[in-house]
Amino acid sequence: MVQPDLQTVRLSNGKQITVHTQLFINNEFVPGHGPLIETINPATEEVICSVHSADKQDVDAAVAAAAKCFKDTWRKVAPADKARLINKLADLMERDKDELATLDALDNGKAFTVARDVDITDSIACYRYFAGWADKIHGKTIDTTFDKFCYTRHEALGVVGAVIPWNYPTMMAAWKFAPALAAGNCIVMKTSEVTPLPAYKFAVLVKEAGFPAGVVNIITGYGHTTGNFLACHPDVSKMAFTGSTGTGRKIMESSSTSNLKKLQLELGGKSAQIVCADAELDKAAEWACGGIFNNHGQSCNAGSRILVHESVHDKFLELFIKHTKAMIKIGDPFDEDTFHGPQINKSQFDKILKYIEIGKQEGAVVAHGGKRWGNKGYYIEPTVFIKCHNKMRIMQEEIFGPVVAIATFKTIEEAIDMANDSIYGLAGAVYTTNLDTAVTVTNEIKTGTMWVNCFDVFDQSTPFGGYKQSGFGKELGKYSLQEYTQVKVVKIMRSNL
Amino acid sequence: MAADLQSVTLSNGKKLEVHTHLFINNEFVPGHGPLIENINPATEEVICAVHSADESDVNAAVEAANTCFNNVWRKVAPAERGLLINKLANLMERDKEELAALDALDNGKAYTVARDIDITDSIACFRYFAGWSDKIHGKTIDTVADRWCYTRHEALGVVGAVIPWNYPIMMAAWKFAPALATGNCVVMKTSELTPLSMLKFAALAKEAGFPAGVVNIITGYGATTGNFLANHKLVSKMAFTGSTVTGRKIMESSSHSNLKKLQLELGGKSAQIVCADADLKNAAVMACGGIFNNHGQSCNAGSRIFVQSSVFDKFMDLFVKATDDIVLGDPFAEDTFQGPQISKGQFDKIMNYIKIGQEEGATLYKGGKRWGDKGYYIEPTIFINCKNNMRIMQEEIFGPVVGIATFETIDEAIALANDSTYGLAGGVYTSNVDTAIRVSNEIKAGTVWVNTFDVFDQSTPFGGYKQSGFGKELGKYALQEYTQVKVVKFQLLNTGA
Repeated sequence: MVQPDLQTVRLSNGKQITVHTQLFINNEFVPGHGPLIETINPATEEVICSVHSADKQDVDAAVAAAAKCFKDTWRKVAPADKARLINKLADLMERDKDELATLDALDNGKAFTVARDVDITDSIACYRYFAGWADKIHGKTIDTTFDKFCYTRHEALGVVGAVIPWNYPTMMAAWKFAPALAAGNCIVMKTSEVTPLPAYKFAVLVKEAGFPAGVVNIITGYGHTTGNFLACHPDVSKMAFTGSTGTGRKIMESSSTSNLKKLQLELGGKSAQIVCADAELDKAAEWACGGIFNNHGQSCNAGSRILVHESVHDKFLELFIKHTKAMIKIGDPFDEDTFHGPQINKSQFDKILKYIEIGKQEGAVVAHGGKRWGNKGYYIEPTVFIKCHNKMRIMQEEIFGPVVAIATFKTIEEAIDMANDSIYGLAGAVYTTNLDTAVTVTNEIKTGTMWVNCFDVFDQSTPFGGYKQSGFGKELGKYSLQEYTQVKVVKIMRSNL
Repeated sequence: MAADLQSVTLSNGKKLEVHTHLFINNEFVPGHGPLIENINPATEEVICAVHSADESDVNAAVEAANTCFNNVWRKVAPAERGLLINKLANLMERDKEELAALDALDNGKAYTVARDIDITDSIACFRYFAGWSDKIHGKTIDTVADRWCYTRHEALGVVGAVIPWNYPIMMAAWKFAPALATGNCVVMKTSELTPLSMLKFAALAKEAGFPAGVVNIITGYGATTGNFLANHKLVSKMAFTGSTVTGRKIMESSSHSNLKKLQLELGGKSAQIVCADADLKNAAVMACGGIFNNHGQSCNAGSRIFVQSSVFDKFMDLFVKATDDIVLGDPFAEDTFQGPQISKGQFDKIMNYIKIGQEEGATLYKGGKRWGDKGYYIEPTIFINCKNNMRIMQEEIFGPVVGIATFETIDEAIALANDSTYGLAGGVYTSNVDTAIRVSNEIKAGTVWVNTFDVFDQSTPFGGYKQSGFGKELGKYALQEYTQVKVVKFQLLNTGA
């Protein structure tokens, strides 16, 4: 018997909600032919419900729906009409904000208030921002020689494949959908099988907003099956991927053996926060705390290394731990006070605890935390390692949990070298009141985002994306439009001069 | 061990001195790879032997580039970079004939064509990008009142480039010019079939005053030398022009090494559409050059011609007349237009496709045979009565062979043109404005020419759709291929009253 689409689930606060569990293809919820996958509530370790997953024929069906819609319908829709649809979608997300936040909190374990005030709020802002770009995708006219007329068109790619992770379920989807739709593409998105529920509520709103069938298709499944079918599909013009560096490599390899589809990869990070002797230490400590512990450390751009000038190390550490205790309230995601929820699942939980062991074995010292919190749910205490040096595994490898490693430096040059001594280059920060230091450090660090006297601050209008093995390509900002368009030049030769 | 400088004799009796070592860190140094014999395709005789690079040589070149970038080149003012590139262009202008002679000798293209097109356009390309050097702009982006954000468009560092043999200097110019203008250091592997002209270029780069390590030029086989470069961890990006098959290997190498950024200019099977309302004489002349320029050895060759059936006979008449005007001969004879194909391997491959075309049922209308009995010359060859699913209409031949078919309606022509895995270029010949716009909008290719073909400017972008690759050369668009974007976000600590 095929599991019906709608399932009832119970929240920890007693409420009941209805969720979709089938695949969203061509504006309909349809059964999948892959295995049913149980989605677990990380706060309780209990099964929320099962969802359908996509096998190869489902991926083919989704891509075919997107391709047909692009060719027959979507590419003929006026840009201004695309903008109206995206804005309408944003309005509907605003209307149903609480339900969307609830699903993110239930499936991911993040605090409901954070999901509502950060994830969903920023996602809506992201859609509104890109709605504004939809009718402003400009080519150029280019004067070359007198007898020619040349211009460029910035055309949609066609069918875009997107694979997103579980750490910000609605927001990671927004960062891909918004520019892709504004640029005129149709999309097949594979959500993480670990957090499949929120996007299906979003899908309902897409249909209600009036998007033609086939523009937005949302499926879920395992990366090595569903994701792989999508990455290899010959009718997909581009893969946009956010996730681990290991999977990023596989996606690039799939492109090389299939149709050389264009790629955009947002991968891992091990971003360094540099605290200078002249920093405003209390503010630095507060920002740095959020920089690592926001989202339970589950951010690609987490500031998971803190490099502190030796003269202010002890004072900074004291302030940092003070802020950690004050800010990082651990509890049930639906509790009003909760800031810090559980890690996403058992395997991440185990991996993070293992890294804590590795840190101790390597000679780093636990200054705070270091253990599981409670006895139900994948909760880990915010954990602070000191006396680290940059070659330790806990300073080089991405832990993706609430674990920060602190080391000291003597000179700014040393701090810059330490920060750059990483295969990653996603983000970084410097805390200083000195102009020269701020400019020098931000110029010299090899990353895609540098924060000064803050961390983890995002705007829909500034680009985000890594250097080095953190990937390539930009999300957000005008820069992301070029990721979702291809440029054609037309050159007309005049015969009558 | 053979000395760097060797003396070679041209077919017109002139003697030239050529470099044969590797150019690393502003010095000609011996290579540790095998000596490779370099054949004159017009005579089938050995010109000389050149040194090739093994892994240790590739490492030396990359390290020289990396050290130079970190210590020297990135600190050179942009305007200074512009000056050096313009100086280089002046020296190329001064030594134009020698550069053209080397291209003609090594590649077999007519000396007059090498001088008046290849070298002339290369010089123009360097001058164009010299002007961009000090105009690489980031943005300032207003987000919220207490924040200050800007982007920097930074150089990548060390760029690896692998170029083909069909336009030895021009393919190098298209990569060096934007790469240098944006502040990168370059390690370029030339084709082992045409290594000589770029070693002369290297001497000019040194004379112009580029710091040691900015320009490094090596040669060797793709499977060895090219592969070492594609896998090198210090290379931030590979820019590749060549076959689709090798493009796949380069992407695979990136996926296994350091996820280096990629730019691929691959094969093509571009369609030229001749409408009933075209100026047929112009179309015939342009279409002829479109396929037979450079002996058909262009990725953007217009190797399929679709003629509206009502004007087929008239067009064929004019097209054959234009083809009859093509003079084959020694590259150094003044009236030669078409020289030999590059090598025995290519010669055999093209002759095999001519055989395949006949076996598939196409009608061999003209040519089809070897020309003369010395040198890899092939007659301009015309097939008619082709069907778009024939191998000669789908696979890239890379020789002077064109497949011609007819169509009834414009929609049919568009569908035929787009029925290809490639999307590099295309052309439409028409006097009707609606046809011109509709066809150029609908063709899925990176360049569409109207009433002309094979017309390039340094200021308009060039690059393919679909399996012809991704990324742009020439024009302002090329700059983003050679830069990476960092955003810097300042949080104001003191926001005043």
